[in-house]
Amino acid sequence: MNRVLPILTVVAAIVVLWYGAAVAMNRAWVLDQAARAGTEPPAFGQMVVATMTQERPVLPAPHQVVAELWKGVAGQAITSKRSLVYHGWITLSATLLGFAIGTAAGIALAVGIVHNRAMDMSVLPWAIASQTIPILAIAPMFIVVMNSMGVQGLVPKAIISAYLSFFPVVVGMVKGLRAPDAMQLDLLRTYNAGGAAVLGKLRLPASMPYLFASLKVGAAAALVGAIVGELPTGAVAGLGARLLSGSYYGQTIQIWAALFAAAIVAAGLVAVIGLVERVTLRRMGMAR
Amino acid sequence: MKDTINLGQPVIAAQGLNLVFQTNDGPVHALKDVDLTIGKGEFVSFIGPSGCGKTTFLRCIAALEHPTGGSLTVNGMTPDEARRKRAYGYVFQAAGLYPWRTIAGNIKLPLEIMGFPRAEQEARVERVLDLVDLKGFGKKFPWQLSGGMQQRASIARALAFDADILLMDEPFGALDEIVRDRLNEELLKLWARTGKTIGFVTHSIPEAVYLSTKIVVMSPRPGRITDVIDSPLPRERPLDIRDTPEFIAIAHRVREGLRAGHSYD
Repeated sequence: MNRVLPILTVVAAIVVLWYGAAVAMNRAWVLDQAARAGTEPPAFGQMVVATMTQERPVLPAPHQVVAELWKGVAGQAITSKRSLVYHGWITLSATLLGFAIGTAAGIALAVGIVHNRAMDMSVLPWAIASQTIPILAIAPMFIVVMNSMGVQGLVPKAIISAYLSFFPVVVGMVKGLRAPDAMQLDLLRTYNAGGAAVLGKLRLPASMPYLFASLKVGAAAALVGAIVGELPTGAVAGLGARLLSGSYYGQTIQIWAALFAAAIVAAGLVAVIGLVERVTLRRMGMAR
Repeated sequence: MKDTINLGQPVIAAQGLNLVFQTNDGPVHALKDVDLTIGKGEFVSFIGPSGCGKTTFLRCIAALEHPTGGSLTVNGMTPDEARRKRAYGYVFQAAGLYPWRTIAGNIKLPLEIMGFPRAEQEARVERVLDLVDLKGFGKKFPWQLSGGMQQRASIARALAFDADILLMDEPFGALDEIVRDRLNEELLKLWARTGKTIGFVTHSIPEAVYLSTKIVVMSPRPGRITDVIDSPLPRERPLDIRDTPEFIAIAHRVREGLRAGHSYD
């Protein structure tokens, strides 16, 4: 209860502020409608109701978003093009594939950086530079180029997703693989241990806490990558497509529902990684 | 102990050993003209203030540092060859146990790296756990043990692969005096049982005198040997030997040696 109460308090405060903002921002449309119809503007009570029942509000009220979310998740068959489960899965599958590629690439690069002086001097600046390029600018070009080569659908999105998610893994794993101190490395030297033994028996186990911290950041980045990768495909499928088509047709409630669906997916991914982290570290005797 | 005191057979021999580190503040003479011979089965302590090169000398023996001049042999080989032949076990100041391995797992680490068969690994772990009086603690994780027990486990790890030489770099420096006394006593028993040659770095005069057959007094800037004392104490040493006149006389000579070294600066 001690942990739940503060969270609930914050959530309640956000909901109150949100309703207030919805009334203030949607009021103009109600007043405009009344002026056009030549009637008196409604009284306060009716005004509040009118700001929360619009089809295309500037800011949808929380219950409208929740209703849309519920309709999208439970209101139809999950194979329907209007189902958020359908779109969510398309985005999630690209996210998971991209996350796997990005994590593998990140770990491989980190191992290379720690073991090879040339890579140590050259890779990280490029990795940092890669993250300063706006992904929104690159993604459409990448999708178009891949499409002209006959590759479309899941793979291009997964690659964009991997492009965003490898970076935190590289940075975290370089730090983690270098976590063992000089004494621990000297100890292995006295055993005349080779590079593979140092990596397998010391560096990799020592880097586990760093890896999980990176994975949590990487998973969220991978989801962003997958959504961005869905924008230039012309709103075919996925949460990104749902966001795009919502903005084409001014379906603000649909946009907000898709946003929340994405946030829920991200939270789920991070929670799963947290669970794996707890189990792994406990098995390794490293749980705090 | 039988007659393992055979000084005619040097295990470690240094002649005119020099080590100069190049630093940003100019060269630092960590070791200058060090001559020392250590025979089989000896217990040699290196004592001196920080910067006197005692740890550096131990690291040279272990081939963790490379001398810039003079000669150094370990078992008649270069230190690097001796390291590759796994001639010594090294115990650091911190136990340095892997937190993700149990005590038995930590002791197995060198055995795994050196490719011992699995069944033999188990047998060796049991044997050395017994040797350091940690029987039954194999399944515990390091954080479940006290600092003294962790250091004993790290000694067991150094003993597991049967190296003839045990190099110890202030192994009890971080422990309180009561624990240290007990571990000193146990270390002597272990030495008597195994007959290993031990190089032991310390900054405690009583510890050096109590443990050693030979005490090497060193002083800094440049790091060098100022006195080598062959202890007349018997190999069998109860803790209260420290109140005898012989013990006090040796401790006095060590203290004099340390003071003489300091008069340079």
